Amino acid sequence: MKFTRREFVELSGACLVALSGRKVLAVFTGAKESEAASTGEATSTKKRLGMLIDTKKCLRAQNCTKCIEACDQAHNIPVFQNPAHQIKWIWEEPFDDLFSPAETQYLEKDRKDVLTPVLCNQCDEPPCVRVCPTGATWKREADGIVMMDWHRCIGCRYCMAACPYGSRSFNWVDPRTGLKTLNPDFPTRTQGVVEKCTFCAERLDKGQLPACVEACPEKAMVFGDLNDPQSEIRQLLASSYALRRRPELGTGPNVYYLI
Amino acid sequence: MRDRVWIVAGLLLFLAVITYPFWHGVEARATSQPPVLVLPAHEKECVAPISYMRTSHMKLLLDWRNSVVRNDQRKYVSYDGKVYDMSLTGTCMKCHEKKGFCDRCHEYAGVGTPYCWNCHVDPALAEVKRP
Ligand code: HEC
Ligand code: HEC
Ligand code: HEC
Repeated sequence: MKFTRREFVELSGACLVALSGRKVLAVFTGAKESEAASTGEATSTKKRLGMLIDTKKCLRAQNCTKCIEACDQAHNIPVFQNPAHQIKWIWEEPFDDLFSPAETQYLEKDRKDVLTPVLCNQCDEPPCVRVCPTGATWKREADGIVMMDWHRCIGCRYCMAACPYGSRSFNWVDPRTGLKTLNPDFPTRTQGVVEKCTFCAERLDKGQLPACVEACPEKAMVFGDLNDPQSEIRQLLASSYALRRRPELGTGPNVYYLI
Repeated sequence: MRDRVWIVAGLLLFLAVITYPFWHGVEARATSQPPVLVLPAHEKECVAPISYMRTSHMKLLLDWRNSVVRNDQRKYVSYDGKVYDMSLTGTCMKCHEKKGFCDRCHEYAGVGTPYCWNCHVDPALAEVKRP
């Protein structure tokens, strides 16, 4: 049989098209799968833990730092004067810095400067997880907590660069030097690892609420399952307007603020 | 016959050199006895059979660690049916003391101090308030 050069080129072309066709098909079917996963409805049997902070209630108790103290105590979080060395799981930011400035430009100065608690948003699409090279941080399937495995963290700080909320801190110095007392119930961390809030995963396992929620005297923090329409947090979100920090980035934060 | 003094001196030096390890051991008070471990006063059983603990407690600890941190599973059922919380400080150190037990054996076996203690708290240390 005679096989011309022209026929050879045509056949090769057809093979290439057929091969790339499979790739294209895979992209489309793959895209459908991930679409279903991110709508949340398909995974509704799973929990998605979230928090609601009522800033009006929080405002009633100015200078109150009970939530922060409770967290520091529960997790052996050191106190350092040098701002670069500070470790933050839950901390305060001026209200103005929480949301994009356009939304707050006509607020009174006092109201703008009011300190509001902030913590890790336990995002639906956590950028920190995407960049972690060792799998030391990941999104828990069952309840959506963005967990940390401190045993695996190598301290590369990619996650800190990726997080748009500044929710992660690096241990520049041995944290034990900044602790007045050691709480034996939770390990400290060591120099050279990153850490952040985990919604008190260790307390949830014992059936307790996160330490900050429990400590708040104004009951300004509500914690619960966002996938359960009957939960208190969903009821509150259904009846009032709440803000999230920078949702336009597509991270899908799970901490809401009642204004 | 004039070499006698050299021969004797050489022999003595030779003896001193080959018996040096022995004298060194005596001087360092080394013994072939295993270390005396401080065992828990009121407990008879460990979380696993003692032969397993002796050889594989580090593996058990790593299994516990993975189970707790990565699989969110905190309960451990031992070979005799008791249920333990999987926790280094909260369980092992309830029964054992670090200094007289873990450290003493590790020192003897030349393991050094595992880095776990950089983070996990020795309860004996927690009671001391730090400045
Ligand atoms: C960088 C700090 C760090 C180091 C080093 C470290 N751990 Fe941990 N470990 C933690 C933290 C934080 C937890 C989480 C505790 C929790 O969720 O209750 C933990 C949890 C654990 C747990 C389960 C819960 C508990 O409280 O014990 C085990 C077991 C454990 N680690 C074993 C080890 C062993 C063995 C080593 C040494 C080979 C080690 N860890 C080294 C920080 C550390
Ligand atoms: C309920 C108390 C208890 C708990 C909890 C416990 N142990 Fe033990 N352990 C003992 C006792 C008692 C012995 C001595 C058993 C014997 O002599 O037969 C022992 C023996 C051991 C030994 C062998 C010592 C030797 O003489 O060679 C090791 C190693 C050990 N334990 C490590 C651990 C570790 C690691 C943990 C935590 C995972 C742990 N133990 C938890 C009570 C306990
Ligand atoms: C009977 C002696 C003995 C006792 C008691 C003992 N260990 Fe060990 N341990 C060893 C030996 C030997 C090794 C090293 C094994 C190896 O390298 O293969 C080791 C290794 C370890 C390791 C791994 C170290 C590393 O760098 O990878 C950990 C963690 C550990 N032990 C924890 C403990 C704790 C916690 C206790 C006290 C509750 C304890 N051990 C008590 C003998 C002991």
